[in-house]
Amino acid sequence: MTIPLIQINGLEKTFTTHEGWLGQWHFHQGKLTRRKDSVHALNGINLTINKGETLCIVGETGCGKSTLARTIMGLTSPDSGEIRYLDQRIDHLNNQQRMPFRRRMQMVFQNPYASLNPRMTVYQTLSEPISFHNPKLSQSQIDEKVEVLLESVGISASSSDHYPHEFSGGQRQRISLARALSVDPDFIVADEPLSALDVSVQAQVLNLMMDKQEERNLSYLFITHDLAVVEHFATRVAVMYLGRICELAPRSALFNHPKHPYTRALLSAIPRLDSNTTQAIRLIGEVPTPIEKPIGCVFQARCPYANQRCYDQSPEMITQSDESSVACHAIEEGRL
Amino acid sequence: MNLLSVTNLHVNFHTKAQELAALIDVSFTLNRGERIAIVGESGAGKSVLGFSIVNLIGKPGYIHSGSIRLENDELTKMNLRQLQEVRGKRIAMIFQDPMMTLNPVITIGAQLVETIRSHTKISYKDARNIAIEKLNHVQIASPERRFDQYPHELSGGMRQRVIIAAVLLLNPDIIIADEPTTALDVTIQAEILQLLLAICRDNGVALVLISHDLGVVSKVAERTLVMYAGRIVEEGPTLEIINDPQHPYTQGLLNALPQMTLPGQRLNQIQGSMPSLIERPSGCAFHPRCPYAKEKCKKEQPSFIHSGVSSVACFLVEDMINEFANQDQEVSK
Repeated sequence: MTIPLIQINGLEKTFTTHEGWLGQWHFHQGKLTRRKDSVHALNGINLTINKGETLCIVGETGCGKSTLARTIMGLTSPDSGEIRYLDQRIDHLNNQQRMPFRRRMQMVFQNPYASLNPRMTVYQTLSEPISFHNPKLSQSQIDEKVEVLLESVGISASSSDHYPHEFSGGQRQRISLARALSVDPDFIVADEPLSALDVSVQAQVLNLMMDKQEERNLSYLFITHDLAVVEHFATRVAVMYLGRICELAPRSALFNHPKHPYTRALLSAIPRLDSNTTQAIRLIGEVPTPIEKPIGCVFQARCPYANQRCYDQSPEMITQSDESSVACHAIEEGRL
Repeated sequence: MNLLSVTNLHVNFHTKAQELAALIDVSFTLNRGERIAIVGESGAGKSVLGFSIVNLIGKPGYIHSGSIRLENDELTKMNLRQLQEVRGKRIAMIFQDPMMTLNPVITIGAQLVETIRSHTKISYKDARNIAIEKLNHVQIASPERRFDQYPHELSGGMRQRVIIAAVLLLNPDIIIADEPTTALDVTIQAEILQLLLAICRDNGVALVLISHDLGVVSKVAERTLVMYAGRIVEEGPTLEIINDPQHPYTQGLLNALPQMTLPGQRLNQIQGSMPSLIERPSGCAFHPRCPYAKEKCKKEQPSFIHSGVSSVACFLVEDMINEFANQDQEVSK
């Protein structure tokens, strides 16, 4: 059996809310108690990412998608659980030990206006990681590499001494992608890379990402809330809700036969061009903040099919016949 | 008679170096209770058009020429006091980011009451009742409690609901919504769109929806205007535009959508990007990106022609129509 590129087991992350001393006092059942609230951003995430595949993570704001990405990249450290890169644990490394993995895992951020340093030219932005990770390269080799990189993302090499503000949003996002590719990674985490862009520009960046994947056998962890993009681009899709994965399925299985009630609601909410789509399944309320660690299913409060068991017991991921796995009692019991 | 008619509107931005044209020769009409959408990429002038309808474009922008008529009143000729009568009361606006629209240091209730009382002479108590009734109308749970809360205590979807309530306070004839759901999640977006649609239908309010999301537009608008580089390039019933786009730009926009290609295939992108105001191409502004561009397109600006139920400004379509007409003549001969 091949070893997956990235393997994540039981990943948990809690953030304490920074309230002042007075804010920590709560009046509960007639008693004044002091406690610090914490937000459970990730609640036991298990995932694998195989070489050359695109795993898309979808979910509403606040479900922990970005925290997951940042934890995998080592930008925040997990509370418990483990992350493995080709079977080597990377979640507890210090900066020095992490360096070789930094080269192999890169990230593209949402807002290309904020993620490029406005005071560095494109050349500086691209050459810095190259010379940092390959200290033996000569100046001319670096120059050549930058030039090839820029051309490969469709930006003329003559504009390498321009500053980010001279480029449009789509061009900037392509420069961010070039920066991620500059150190020849084999895994790229893209955190909503298209949401700041127009449809036609989205198509350009998405095409570029697919080209690069084919060319370099890249693996992507692609975070987005745009399900149309997911349907087009993903190999497998993970649907997240309140720090848990509630459905993980190959693309066609997810879009043709969504199983989890949350996935169904999410899919029905996409505004599609064809006029005869079914009425959107309305979810009651909005995503609650996970201040209390949820007992039972995370989705119970908004789920139309919830029963007593959903309130008491957290569902396990169960693999279905079409390779998808779903965490839902209703599916398990055959009620849905 | 049309509720709103915009004719030959030109909006310029005045800079030291030159006059930049943001809107060129824009004309459209809006009937009572009608829902139209304005689509295009960023930089097409959608928002400038939305803002200029209520004369909200700030310096250095100004309305250079053209007319905007709301029934019998000419909006471009109004002074500030008259405009303030129109804004909010007859034409109301919803902006993209609800956090930017609401004042963060004033409670929601106070903002709603202020809106009512600045337009009508009414007691605080009555205004409060109206505000709570409208909050109820936009399906905000326990409106009495929300009335005294600050914007940061509400979620994004809830804030956009409050904005919609604020817009409804004075029963306007027209709502201009500038990307009202762009900042929201899909599930919340679906709810807000349904709410907007229900409100427009029930109260006979006309809606101008500015959006770049053709999926959203197809769900809400009856008629669609497609804009490119400050001009309207295609206009027609939404379904017609989506099913049978005539202008190469509209075709490009639709083909770029991920659902238009098979999964995993390359998407059809439009080459290049929207030109900036400074470097507007000659002739038809779309010609550098257009796959069908001819010599004529580089020199002349195509005029609007009727093609079926839509109107298009494109030489390609014009030539095709002429060709068919010639063939028809030959056949009849």
